[in-house]
Parts: sequence; structure tokens; C-alpha cells
Amino acid sequence: MPIDLKPRSAPAGVQAGRSPSDVRAAVLLEDVHHAYMTPRGTVDALAGLSLRADENEIVAVVGPSGCGKSTLLELVCGLRAPDAGALAARPAVLMPQRDLLLPWLDAADNAALALRVAGVARAAARERAIELFAELGLDGFDRAAPHELSGGMRQRVAFARTLLAGKPLLCLDEPFGALDAITRAEMQDWLAEALAREPRTVLLVTHDVEEAVLLADRVLVMTPRPGRVAGKLEVSASRPRRRGDAEVVALRASALAMLAEARA
Amino acid sequence: MIHTGAVSGERASVGAAGPPRVSPGGLGGRALAPLLLLAALLGAWEIYADAGGVQADVLPAPHAVASAIWHGGSVLWRNFAVTAEEVALGLAMALAAGFALAVAVHLLPWVRRAVYPLAVGSQAVPIPVIGVLLVFWWGFGIFPKLVVIALICFFPVLVTTADGLAAVDPDQLKLMRTLDASRWQAFRFAELPAALPAALSGARIALAVGVIGAFIAEVATPTTGPYPGLGRQIMTDVNFQAARAYAGTVLLIAFAVACFYTLALAERKLAPWRTRPGGDAQ
Repeated sequence: MPIDLKPRSAPAGVQAGRSPSDVRAAVLLEDVHHAYMTPRGTVDALAGLSLRADENEIVAVVGPSGCGKSTLLELVCGLRAPDAGALAARPAVLMPQRDLLLPWLDAADNAALALRVAGVARAAARERAIELFAELGLDGFDRAAPHELSGGMRQRVAFARTLLAGKPLLCLDEPFGALDAITRAEMQDWLAEALAREPRTVLLVTHDVEEAVLLADRVLVMTPRPGRVAGKLEVSASRPRRRGDAEVVALRASALAMLAEARA
Repeated sequence: MIHTGAVSGERASVGAAGPPRVSPGGLGGRALAPLLLLAALLGAWEIYADAGGVQADVLPAPHAVASAIWHGGSVLWRNFAVTAEEVALGLAMALAAGFALAVAVHLLPWVRRAVYPLAVGSQAVPIPVIGVLLVFWWGFGIFPKLVVIALICFFPVLVTTADGLAAVDPDQLKLMRTLDASRWQAFRFAELPAALPAALSGARIALAVGVIGAFIAEVATPTTGPYPGLGRQIMTDVNFQAARAYAGTVLLIAFAVACFYTLALAERKLAPWRTRPGGDAQ
């Protein structure tokens, strides 16, 4: 039985600031500004950021550390509100860099967390998680405790948890940043395949330019803080993409050049 | 718990660079180090007492204390039963109060601001000052003693549990929000289980002070009836039957140690993720 991960029909998403000019997009930010307070003073995280992602489009946002990438995702997920500008987003779920699996729950219970929160009984919620595990290469690991899983597998469980939230928009915050290089490359290929099978609107924040080019339909390069978009690249290369493909290599080089220019 | 690898002589030469130490012989091996230390202390005490360092009615020798336990008869054990009941019920009250307060303090900032200074202050109250009042309110029964024990023991439970609740990763709570969890669900799925090990640590500290709490309670609030508890008995015996006073003390100590390790075992059952191999808890 195929798992119904499709978004509900007309979900109420985040609407903040003035209304954006085009509300058909899955995510639309127009000239968004955001500052937040820290004990050391005010941090201007975003200054005039504009961004759009259509239905089932994968948009990657790359930028130097501390350029407000995570702030951007928190705005889109409704965890923060913009100070100025327009923002509209369909209901979004966050997949943080660290898997944040709960150590007292096994893999299936962790993946099923959103279903439990939505009021699904534990047995039924686990069943749906276990069905999804088969597709994610986690077959037979439903009873494993998080500490028994490798970093890559933990990240897959976290991805299952993200999918089972049933939201139309996935916000991935450096999802593989904590993994070693080999596992990261594996997981990038794996995610590309998973998204090809199960298309979703994805906002992928990363500092790994290659990851962005491999996975995304569009790559936005951000300036250092306060962040805004310095440039964008359309990635039209056919899938599956390989790291050695001429187009991937060329796009990676231009993204890096754009990044260097933005930092200068 | 004591790391048994450190005392097994033949492994001492392996050193830090060697293979991971395996605790030899399970429970028997683990009990070896504390038993050896206990034997050494008792031996030193015996030699000191037998050499006439102090009079026997000030410091009885261990063999005299053992004999007092052996021949102490039903008085000792009935008083022990009274005290054990006070400790058990008083701790139950302390755990309930400490835990409930910790949750309130965590969820409601104004409760934290209001309650914390008073909770700290409560630990400085000399119990005999309020003992008379407690007896005036609730009589010579067990209840005033439970109140004293709860007053002494709720504090470590409150502090450790409140800290455990507050130590939950803020990113975890953000994640729960994007999964549409309500405040209660975030508490139930993320914060409460995360705080459980800390709450159990608090309970162990409470248990360790609970026994002396029972002693203070018995001294501060008088009791009618033939068996006033081990604390009262020790206070009576200390001037006339030093060996029996020490016998009562030994029972209190043994009781506290047994309860402490029973709770440590319970912790392994209740929060196994905390005691897994490679974790930071022993």
C-alpha cells in the first residue's frame, strides 16, 4: 500500500507581513528583513531577502556561516515573524542539522513523532513509519535505539520523521552537515533518489555548494550577514547527477565564484 | 558506582593504553572494593578502640556494636520499622512535592520567581523551631514527621528536575513546534522524558538525606507510644548505652545505602538510555 505523504488540499500556511504579490508559490519571500536580540545586542540576520519556490521545486540556499540561513528557515516554518517585507509559505516542517532523535524512543517511534502528536494511536503510527522505512532503506531497524544507528541511518530516520509530518514544504537545514564526507556523499545521492520518487517542495539550506548543485533545481547564493540574495543559478542538468558531470562541475565553480564575490 | 577495574591487581599493569577493562565476576567483583574498604575501616576502628584510645562509653568497639545489634532484640528492629516507614512515606511526599513544583516552576516563569527564593530559604529553617508548631497542628502521630522529612528532601528533587526540564535542547522544542506539537505535547514527548534521569538523581540525593531527615523529625516532634523510632532511641541510648546507639546508627546507614542502590537499579530500568554503554553515567 503506498503511503499517503501528499499534502492536504488547501493548507493554511504562514502569512506574515504584507501580502506577497503572488501567492501561488509554495514559498514566497519579498524583501524580508529580520533582526533578533542576543545578550550582546541586536543581530541583523536578513536585510531584504527575496525568494520563491514553486510546487515540487527544490531550491537550495548557500551562503557563508552565520549569513542568516537558519533564520530564513525559521521564518518559513513560522517560528519567527519577519520585521518587514512579505512572506507566504505553505505549512512547513523543519529537518535540523542534528537529527535530534529522542533517545528514549526507538527508530519507528521517533519517525512517527508527528503522527503521535496529531493524535494517531501508537500502533498505527508505528505501522506507517515501518512502511516508510522499507522505502528509505531502514528495513528491520524499527526497534533500534538511536544510539545503535550510524549517523547516516539516524539522518534517514530524521528524514522519515520529516516526511511523516505530512507537510507540503520541507525545510532542510544543512541536513548532512554533521556527517563525514563519505556518508554525506551517500546521503546526497540517497536524498536525490528519494525526492525523485516522492517529489516535494524543498528549501535546502547548506554551505556545501556541491550538495546544492547536485540536489536543487535552483541555487541561491546569499551574502554574509545581514543576508540577502547575491545571485541565483538555474540547474537544468538532467538527473541523476554525478559529481564529475561537466555541468555540475561548471555550476559548482560559478556558485563558488558568486559566493566569493558576495563575501568581498 | 565504584569502578571495579581499578582494584583488581592483575589488571593494574594494563594501564590506560590497554584493552578496555571488563569488570570481573559480576556482582561479586563489584562488591569487592566497597567490602575491602569497609573491612579496613572497621579493622582500624577495632584496633583504635581496643587500644583504649577513648573510653568504651564514648566510642564502643565494632565487636561491641555488632553484639548490640545481635542482642538488641525486638526494640531495635521495631524502632527501625517505625523509622523506615517514616522515610518511605516522607520521601514519597518529598518526591511528589518536588516534582510537582519543578513542573510548575518550569512551565510558569512567575512561579519560578515566586517559589525559588522560598524553597531555598526553607532549607535553612532549623527544624526544632517549627517542630512544636507541627505537633500543635497534627499531634504526636507520624504526620508531622513526614512533613519534616518532605521539607528536607523535596529540595534536591525540585532543583535537579527543574534543571533537567530546562536543559532540553531549544532546537528540539523548535522541531516539536514545526511538527505541530502543543505546549503539553512538547512537554510530554520531549521535556518530561529528558528530565527523568535528573529527577531520579534528585530522588537519590533525597533518599540519602531522607534518613537523617527522619532522625531530625523524630528528635524535633515527640511521639507517644512504645516505639518512637530509631532516632529517638539513639538520642536516649547515646548517654547510657553507647553500643546500642551505634547499633541503631549502623542500621540507619545500612538502610540509606540499600535504598540508594535500589533506586540506582530502578534508574537503569526507567531511563536505560542514560546508562547505555559509552554513555556518561555509570
